[in-house]
Amino acid sequence: MDFQSYLKQVKGAIREITVEDVARKKPARLIDVREGDEWQEGHIPGATWIPRGKLELRIEDAVPGRDEEIVIYCAGGTRSALAAKALGELGYTNVTSLAGGFSAWRRAGHAFDKPFVLTPAQKSRYARHLMLNEVGEKGQEKLLKAKVLLIGAGGLGAPSGLYLAAAGVGTMGFVDDDVVDESNLQRQVIHSTKRVGVPKVESAAQTIADLNPDVKVVQHPVRLTSENVLDILAGYDVIVDGTDNFPTRYLLNDASLILRKPVVNASIFSFEGQVTIFRPFEGPCYRCLYPEPPPPGMAPSCNEAGVLGVLPGVVGLIQATEAVKLILGIGKPLVGRLLQYDALNMKFREFKLPRDPKCVVCSEPGKKIELIDYEQFCSGNFGAASAH
Amino acid sequence: MPTVRIPTSLRKLTQGREEVTAAGATVRDLLTDLEKQHPGLRTRICDDAGALRRFVNVFVRDEDVRFLQNLDTPVKEGDEVSIVPAIAGGR
Repeated sequence: MDFQSYLKQVKGAIREITVEDVARKKPARLIDVREGDEWQEGHIPGATWIPRGKLELRIEDAVPGRDEEIVIYCAGGTRSALAAKALGELGYTNVTSLAGGFSAWRRAGHAFDKPFVLTPAQKSRYARHLMLNEVGEKGQEKLLKAKVLLIGAGGLGAPSGLYLAAAGVGTMGFVDDDVVDESNLQRQVIHSTKRVGVPKVESAAQTIADLNPDVKVVQHPVRLTSENVLDILAGYDVIVDGTDNFPTRYLLNDASLILRKPVVNASIFSFEGQVTIFRPFEGPCYRCLYPEPPPPGMAPSCNEAGVLGVLPGVVGLIQATEAVKLILGIGKPLVGRLLQYDALNMKFREFKLPRDPKCVVCSEPGKKIELIDYEQFCSGNFGAASAH
Repeated sequence: MPTVRIPTSLRKLTQGREEVTAAGATVRDLLTDLEKQHPGLRTRICDDAGALRRFVNVFVRDEDVRFLQNLDTPVKEGDEVSIVPAIAGGR
């Protein structure tokens, strides 16, 4: 007997089920008998994978009752027909084979699951992560699926952006409306001499593309304003704040409370840095720490004050560390603690940062928060605007 | 006497010194003594009404005095008092 005749005979002896019936009835026991690589490319939601070669060995563990309804599928309906016959011989009485298999299922437009699997290149790239129990394949999957927004592709955003990209954070957004200047290169290591004059978000995207092809970089070549901040933040899980001005920091704080997104905050001045995490309504917010911004002139920015080139490297990488920990859900996050780094004396100090029960924005969760545009803010309307 | 840590942005008022000592039993006393030693320092930390400015925090050891007894928070020999203003730089 040739194979085609044999197959015809087998199909005559078993029962088949259509894609539509499976989609409608959602059978409890759906068994995929294809090979591992086919399963990884996509499978019917809820299916159990037992490759054809292991079917007889494993079916009793998967389906103990001989009279339970079982639907078997493969790619096109041939292997599943043979498998159905084998199960019949094992005493299973209610087995059907999916006519047309997974191909027909996909062709009909039904949803399918694609399991997350690291490629061989990813297993090699992230080998040192995979060796850590605290990270492993599950953790690397979290990193690759994470969406982190960096505010500023400057002194802090440059080192944190580089390391987050190297770690395999799958989606990274950069918000910066500036172009690379020669005077940036003393510390902004994500940019390069040949890209002076190029928008910083574009320069960062180029460096990251060379570093790690797994990372999708989203460029936001704008300044955050009350108009755009909610839309930009909405697509991300974690915000890394490395901006250079107070109006943006307060705007970001208030927007992150509205959207309930954690912010890894850091700032630098000369030889010192401050880092903390604001986790909305669980820990303090920026206004619990500093209720109001200083008036212009009382707190010079780095542009006027100078900054030791290596300083943002250290501080930015503390931010990156905290962002990775938040994504992985490991360790003790820097919530409710202000870390102060003093580069000249090489001292780290930690201060307690309680939630302020009288905080104007976060003391009453659910209270409407009005976003304050930075121009109004700088012109001294802050007190009035915050009363909303 | 307690030690007071001066932030970088205010060190021009302390002749560049990052740590100074000041006498007093409360944070308020320390600030009064600091102002005597380093004229102009107090107005950078306190507003015209004498209250702490809202973008400057004073920590006694690791505790923010706003959550203790504010300017009346007691200080004792050996305490480290840190003046920590908001800084915005990131680039």
